[in-house]
Amino acid sequence: MSADNTMKLKLKIWRQKNANASGAIEDYQLDGVSPDMSFLEMLDILNEQLIGEGREPVAFDHDCREGVCGSCGSVVNGQVHGPDEETTLCQLHMRRFHDGDTIQIEPWRSRAFPVIKDLIVDRTAFDRIQQAGGYVSVGTGSAPDANAIPIPNRDAEKAFDFAECIGCGGCVAACPNGAAMLFTAAKVAQLATLPQGKLERSARALAMVEKMDSEGFGACTNHYECSAACPKGVPIEAIAVMNREYLRATFLSQEGV
Amino acid sequence: MSTNSPILDSKCPTGPIETRWDNHRFAMKQVNPSNKRKFHIIVVGTGLAGGSAAATLAELGYKVTSLCIQDSPRRAHSIAAQGGINAAKNYPNDGDSIYRLFYDTVKGGDFRARESNVYRLAQVSNNIIDQATAQGVPFAREYGGHLSNRSFGGAQVSRTFYARGATGQQLLLGAYAAMNRQVHLGRIDVKARREMLDLVVIDGIARGVIARNLVTGEYERYAGDAVLLCTGGYGNAFYLSTNAKNSNVTASWRAHKRGAYFANPCYTQIHPTCIPVSGDHQSKLTLMSESLRNDGRVWVPKAAGDKRHASEIPEGERDYYLERRYPAFGNLVPRDVASRAAKERCDAGFGVGSSGQAVFLDFADAIKRDGEDAVRTKYGNLFHMYEKITDENPYERPMRIFPAVHYAMGGLWVDYNLESTIPGLFVLGEANFSDHGANRLGASALMQGLSDGYFVIPYTVCGHLAGRNLQPVSVGHEAFAEAEATARDRTNKLLSVGGSRTVDSFHRELGLTMWDNCGMARNEAGLTKAISKIADLREAFWNDVRVLGDNEDLNQSLEKAGRVADFLEFADTFAKDALHRKESCGGHFREESKTDEGEAKRDDENFSYAAAWEFHGVGQDSTLHKEDLSFEYVKLAQRSYK
Repeated sequence: MSADNTMKLKLKIWRQKNANASGAIEDYQLDGVSPDMSFLEMLDILNEQLIGEGREPVAFDHDCREGVCGSCGSVVNGQVHGPDEETTLCQLHMRRFHDGDTIQIEPWRSRAFPVIKDLIVDRTAFDRIQQAGGYVSVGTGSAPDANAIPIPNRDAEKAFDFAECIGCGGCVAACPNGAAMLFTAAKVAQLATLPQGKLERSARALAMVEKMDSEGFGACTNHYECSAACPKGVPIEAIAVMNREYLRATFLSQEGV
Repeated sequence: MSTNSPILDSKCPTGPIETRWDNHRFAMKQVNPSNKRKFHIIVVGTGLAGGSAAATLAELGYKVTSLCIQDSPRRAHSIAAQGGINAAKNYPNDGDSIYRLFYDTVKGGDFRARESNVYRLAQVSNNIIDQATAQGVPFAREYGGHLSNRSFGGAQVSRTFYARGATGQQLLLGAYAAMNRQVHLGRIDVKARREMLDLVVIDGIARGVIARNLVTGEYERYAGDAVLLCTGGYGNAFYLSTNAKNSNVTASWRAHKRGAYFANPCYTQIHPTCIPVSGDHQSKLTLMSESLRNDGRVWVPKAAGDKRHASEIPEGERDYYLERRYPAFGNLVPRDVASRAAKERCDAGFGVGSSGQAVFLDFADAIKRDGEDAVRTKYGNLFHMYEKITDENPYERPMRIFPAVHYAMGGLWVDYNLESTIPGLFVLGEANFSDHGANRLGASALMQGLSDGYFVIPYTVCGHLAGRNLQPVSVGHEAFAEAEATARDRTNKLLSVGGSRTVDSFHRELGLTMWDNCGMARNEAGLTKAISKIADLREAFWNDVRVLGDNEDLNQSLEKAGRVADFLEFADTFAKDALHRKESCGGHFREESKTDEGEAKRDDENFSYAAAWEFHGVGQDSTLHKEDLSFEYVKLAQRSYK
């Protein structure tokens, strides 16, 4: 990339030393940003610059940089994972921005996701929701032959659409209520769609929803922001499936079944 | 170089190969069900190997502590595997069998793997598919509802199971779910955002680890009856690779320094179809599934330095060099051959793109033949990803691709029980060396990780737990204090250098040295030069690195500094292993060892062994221990793709 099409950017980034400190937006000037860089590579060169100046680099979670591990994610100019649809922050490229732009970068904002440092938040509440029931109780060694239970192609495909969730937390950050409905529903719906998951469907729906509520996530009021922000395009239909599973389980448990 | 070479005992059972695993399991000591809860197992890493091992051992009743470097076990880099997982189910009825999978894997590994291990891998491959399906992993299915298979490199049958382009993700989430069930039952204690910094060895047996809490900076001591390292490969020694940014060699390397031998570090897989480097800022490389070579044609211009747009270069001025050099296999030669051929063209000045370090992968013929829609159905997600990264439309112009470091076949040496040379220290998945020889076939990494975790370690760990009279240990033992002090000293040293260069600048420089001298083609002069450059760079690092912040805080620079410091030590062993192995085999190509036609030439007479290195000190020569490899079933043959 020739030097003349690099960009000069003004960055406004949330800095917070740790969970107990109060944070603030700080301004940085960054020159020489190539349009071919990913957003995280842009932060890399900012950090190299900061270290050179003797200032602490910006902390941010990242790992695979291929859009699948779910580690990265920030609110960029008010948008979860930035302006591109169905794109994680690591797959967002700087050609999406222009010379002279100001970019504001903030961590996920949610009561259930306390900030650990700078752009890093604590998402362990997601693990606890999964631990409450996001599985099929099949021990290693006790599985039947894989072809013993045929599953219609459309069901397998539908289950896959739900299973694509990467657990990044963008849905919570996008929701005005800080709800984790799409995240929780993605697993409930995946397993409710497959015969393997049917046996425990009631217990699963009740336990996961109860855990979701107790972790301090908000309620769903049908804004659909979660699905719009989801980098994997997990369909909003998941929430309808979970509501149905939850209602069904509630009635069944009242009847003592 | 090496000084002596005792033969290592792999503890492989003997007898007919199809009975060995059964006989071995029967002969092994068992742990009584009610005694299992008395044993505590520490599992480091939560990828396919670590996740499946932790879940399965907890199901059996063991007390498990699981250490995870990310914020959740669901994020380990197994998640990025695209293509699929092999198994010998023979559902398509095309003649597959356990024996054929075994045969293909030994041959694909260029005869540098252990037959007994590979046969066991093929045997349990089918159980993996059953287990994952029962967990709710949404594998691709035919319209009739049965599981779908596709073909993959190095095999003439369709034995690869897949879940769109995200097979690794779905299998990892299956193992993660199995772990979650055990966490819920109180049998696994997950410690996330922890990095293992040392192994604790007491009376010659691995009895615990020291880990740093990456949020608070605290050093934590974990004591147990067995330690399982499931910490992945070392590809990031090259800086640029397809590995995740946090992937590192630290856990393996620190165990090596405590006495675990490191085997075949020079066997590194360079994958031919990755998106090329586009500038100095690049932080990692992205793989494009090798399935693309089924329909794409690889070419460069016939004239060196031809910088015209691909569409302006007429057919007669294009060199389809794979089809020219390998008429029988054409664009479908194995990974190592395709990678070397691309490098040869680029080195000779025929490379394309602004850097000249790329070749074309052209779908124009496939689009003309089958239509754009058909190509989109097959490869749409990959084309989309390519366009996202490069801003070029591969339906209209050829992709530019170049090889990149992808997978480590080498790793800590283990015997048939997956136990290292330190009793009680087991090594699983990519972190060990055992099953892929000098070259891994596509769709075999997921198979091996899950085989080790679900179906091998739950049996073989019993031999250690029941067979050795383990005495209780506490974290107050002096060995824990010593290991913790070692880890702390290293951190303090990194923080106190106060130099002028960033950690990344050293890492990039190491990566370039590795790529130039220990990459796709190696020779004595280059390797010798690399060894001295690595030593110089290590010295420069410890004199001039700048790590800001402190230990008592989340400090990503400090984390990286520790990992790069270990890569700088490990790289020396890597280069010396490559220097000592004067033959070419699999991913290790020595320019001095080639046929008249320029192809890789193995030397079975002198190098038919696994090289396991014993550590004596940083930069000092290690002792070479050889494990001789014998081939009773698969006949040794030179590979040819002409």
